[in-house]
Amino acid sequence: MLPRPDALRHRHGLGDWRRHLVTLRATLDRVLFHIGPPEPAPIVLGQRRIYVLPTPAGLAFAAALLVMLIASINYNLSLGHALVFLLGGVSVASIVHAFRNLLHLSFTPGRAEPVFSGERAGFHVIVANHRNARRPSLRLGAHGAVVPFEIDAEDRADVNIPVATTARGWMTLGRVRIETTYPLGLIRAWSVLVPDQRCLVYPTPEPSPPPLPEGPSSTPGRRAGSAGDDDFSGLRRHQPADSPRQVAWKTLARGGPMLTKQFTGMDGGKIHLDWNDLPADLGTEARLSRMTAWIVAAEQRGLAFALTLPTVSIAPGQGSEHSANCLRHLALFGTEGPADA
Amino acid sequence: MRDTRAPTSAQFGWLLAAAAATLAPHAVELPYWLIALCAGLIAIRAALLWRRGKPPRQLLILLVAIAAGVGVRFEFGHFFGKDPGVALLAVLLCLKLLESRTARDLRAAVLLAYFLQLGLFFYNQTPGIAALALAGTLLTTTTLLSLEDAAARPAAQLRTSAVLIAQGLPFMLVLFVLFPRVQGPLWGLPSDAYSGMTGLSDTMSPGSISQLGLSDAIAFRAEFSGMPPPPSQRYWRGPVLSRYDGRSWRPGFSTLAAAPPYETSGRAYKYRLTLEPHNQPWLLALDFPAANIPRARYAGDYRLLAEQPVRMRTRVELRSYPATTVGKDENAFVLAEARRLPADLNPRSRALALEIAAKSVDPAAILSGTLEHLRGMSLTYTLSPPLLGTHAVDEFLFDTRQGFCEHFASAFVFLMRAAGVPARVVTGYQGGEINPVDGSLVVRQSDAHAWAEVWLAGRGWVRVDPTALSAPARIESGLSAALQEWDALPLLRRPGLDWLRDMRHRWEALSNTWNQWVLGYNSDRQRDLLEWFGFPQPDWRMLAMLLGVSATTLMLLLMAWAFAQRRRHDPLDAAWSRFSRKLAHHGAGRHPWEGPLDYGKRLATIFPGRAKPLREISEGYARLRYGAQTADPRSVRLLARSIRRLKLK
Repeated sequence: MLPRPDALRHRHGLGDWRRHLVTLRATLDRVLFHIGPPEPAPIVLGQRRIYVLPTPAGLAFAAALLVMLIASINYNLSLGHALVFLLGGVSVASIVHAFRNLLHLSFTPGRAEPVFSGERAGFHVIVANHRNARRPSLRLGAHGAVVPFEIDAEDRADVNIPVATTARGWMTLGRVRIETTYPLGLIRAWSVLVPDQRCLVYPTPEPSPPPLPEGPSSTPGRRAGSAGDDDFSGLRRHQPADSPRQVAWKTLARGGPMLTKQFTGMDGGKIHLDWNDLPADLGTEARLSRMTAWIVAAEQRGLAFALTLPTVSIAPGQGSEHSANCLRHLALFGTEGPADA
Repeated sequence: MRDTRAPTSAQFGWLLAAAAATLAPHAVELPYWLIALCAGLIAIRAALLWRRGKPPRQLLILLVAIAAGVGVRFEFGHFFGKDPGVALLAVLLCLKLLESRTARDLRAAVLLAYFLQLGLFFYNQTPGIAALALAGTLLTTTTLLSLEDAAARPAAQLRTSAVLIAQGLPFMLVLFVLFPRVQGPLWGLPSDAYSGMTGLSDTMSPGSISQLGLSDAIAFRAEFSGMPPPPSQRYWRGPVLSRYDGRSWRPGFSTLAAAPPYETSGRAYKYRLTLEPHNQPWLLALDFPAANIPRARYAGDYRLLAEQPVRMRTRVELRSYPATTVGKDENAFVLAEARRLPADLNPRSRALALEIAAKSVDPAAILSGTLEHLRGMSLTYTLSPPLLGTHAVDEFLFDTRQGFCEHFASAFVFLMRAAGVPARVVTGYQGGEINPVDGSLVVRQSDAHAWAEVWLAGRGWVRVDPTALSAPARIESGLSAALQEWDALPLLRRPGLDWLRDMRHRWEALSNTWNQWVLGYNSDRQRDLLEWFGFPQPDWRMLAMLLGVSATTLMLLLMAWAFAQRRRHDPLDAAWSRFSRKLAHHGAGRHPWEGPLDYGKRLATIFPGRAKPLREISEGYARLRYGAQTADPRSVRLLARSIRRLKLK
């Protein structure tokens, strides 16, 4: 997103230490965890990147053991020593179990469907367990969200990390923490990884946008032949986002594939969403927001539309692919990365 | 965040089982009302669990806690110490169970359960209690596990925690042997720390020793290097009693020194005593121990004393010389004390003593004359003598004629004193039983005995056992042989129960080993063991190093186990990843989303010269991996070979 200068100045004091914190964390990540840019998939956890530390419950357990040891010494309880040492041994063994619960797990980025800003982005991470044993009590966390899951022996889990979005553009998953406190909750084993995964965040649709600019406002006189605008022109493969009204039911009923009817009247550019036609006092984000709302509306109604932005002009089209393409341009409008691919 | 989840009923079930298993062995020690309260609270919790009810109000729980606290205060008179401590912990555990709402509460309850498992050892450290505590530990560990892995089946949870404990055992062993042992206590112990110990007392009143005769508890064990002395010489010296008030015998004047007041002579017996705690200083050595026993002092009346009361199982290495002559130049004050008698008591005995003295030329003749007379009086040895009145000695000698060793010793010393010969009562233990399993001599409370010492000019103190006159078998073969048929005997001392005795011998030999190596393992034992392993002069640095090395070795073994269960090796997958790796070296690694056929096509465009083998390999893999038939090992081997032989330049 393009940060507005006034907004930046407004948060200056806060932003300063926040930025320091972010750089500090990045430095720590690099030095301690060797975390840098996104890693190529699949990410396999080796022993050098799994860390173990006691949990608060583990510290309480250790304190209790210390008290028990002192009592054993004081009262010369040999079996008390034995009990304390046994529990100590069990907690040491639990370190290895926690470590082993993460060892050799492999992570592959999965789907990340585009969402509108303000919705939760669903980052899917595929976690595979190649070992012939169950991996219980795992947690995957990113951006403050924590998802508990477990994987059966020789199985994989599709973990969906819901992440709140606040700004349009590419959102990277960033650092992801995998952790477990299995088996006793005394020891936490964790690792930090950066899967190469991003999610496209569309601008927030304007909550109650003005009606679609149908008709002559932008392209006067172009609605000629409106009576016959539903001239059937052909069939194409059905896509999930296509309106059910346009499905070629007869073909389907005959046992054919699911197809969508196309009409000549629909690619005539009846609707033209033009950046320059919007009111001049509307800011960049507001413009994007409104156009997003319009595209959603047009797609819902199965209408064809063209899009013109200051940087790019998209020919009239219709259907989910077309909408997705337009929304992508809106999402990435003005960001550094061009709307590639 | 996670710990605020409400626990499942399975998790509660584990904790209830753990709490019940931990508290049940405590039932022997706790007051009845407390056991009832705990059982009630656990039952309420179980019922709530069953009916999915909510825990009671906090206020109610607080009130019960306060009431239980007041009850404990009344029961024990104070809050500090092991008994009220254990009682309070038990109540706390039950109340914590009742009020638990979150996983965090359950963890707190588990810690309380661990404390109570330790508390078991305050009272009892037998192998049986150890096994019970281990069962409790297994259940508490399973509770912790179920909090983390609620999805697993109970049997699997139990198995995993058993595996954890099994993996903890080697650490326990290493730490037990090598952790530097500190001799406690670290600070003053509460007054009740050593309550409930049995043993001799330092006064002798009628009935005090015959009471011990009914106790089968072990007083101490002795392991002789070489032959043990014959039964008639097994006199283990305890308190020496010189003051008599007509009813009770009390210790007389005695000096205390770092060296024995005698020169040893004659044959030596070398042995190790393992004393059960009796909360008194005496070390119960055979007559007469040699000099230079560490941390021991020598009394003027030939007792061997510890610096501190014996409050835990104690081992002493001793040498005794039974043939030593003692007290030739006895202090006049001590001799005067050994002649003193209260006036106006036992007129008939006095008369008898004077009569014997008149017929004798010297104290030795008085001694033999008195013994002669006593032998002729047909006195009976019994565990349950009739009660005696004011003139106890008279009544025993002339009326009831039934007595236990204390009556015999008491009467004999009275007669000797009345005749003017210095004499005193010695208490302690006599005899003991050799355990045929491990050869140690076991001395029980029922072997408690009282005998006499008479001072003769030129010979010093001479031991005389008047009981032997009436019941010689008591000295030769122990208590059971000497008693009459009608005397009540401890079950295992009765004749005709040989098999039971044999089993007991085995059990006691086992528990002796347990006592010596598990319970009695202390800094001395630790040093001995390390020296035996060939570490001379082990100090804490040596211990720390050994501990570090052993712990690291164990940890490495565990890590090896963690790594051992890697991916099951599939030869087809191995070959295919080898192929991908090989091409990745040439800048054409497989993308994660790329299927084998697409990859093959892409490779063909990147390496046009090797297009054919590359496509063959990728298609071959696709056929073997995804084909209708399962891959036969031969084709897999062929594919692996062509991948190995693939040359890209």
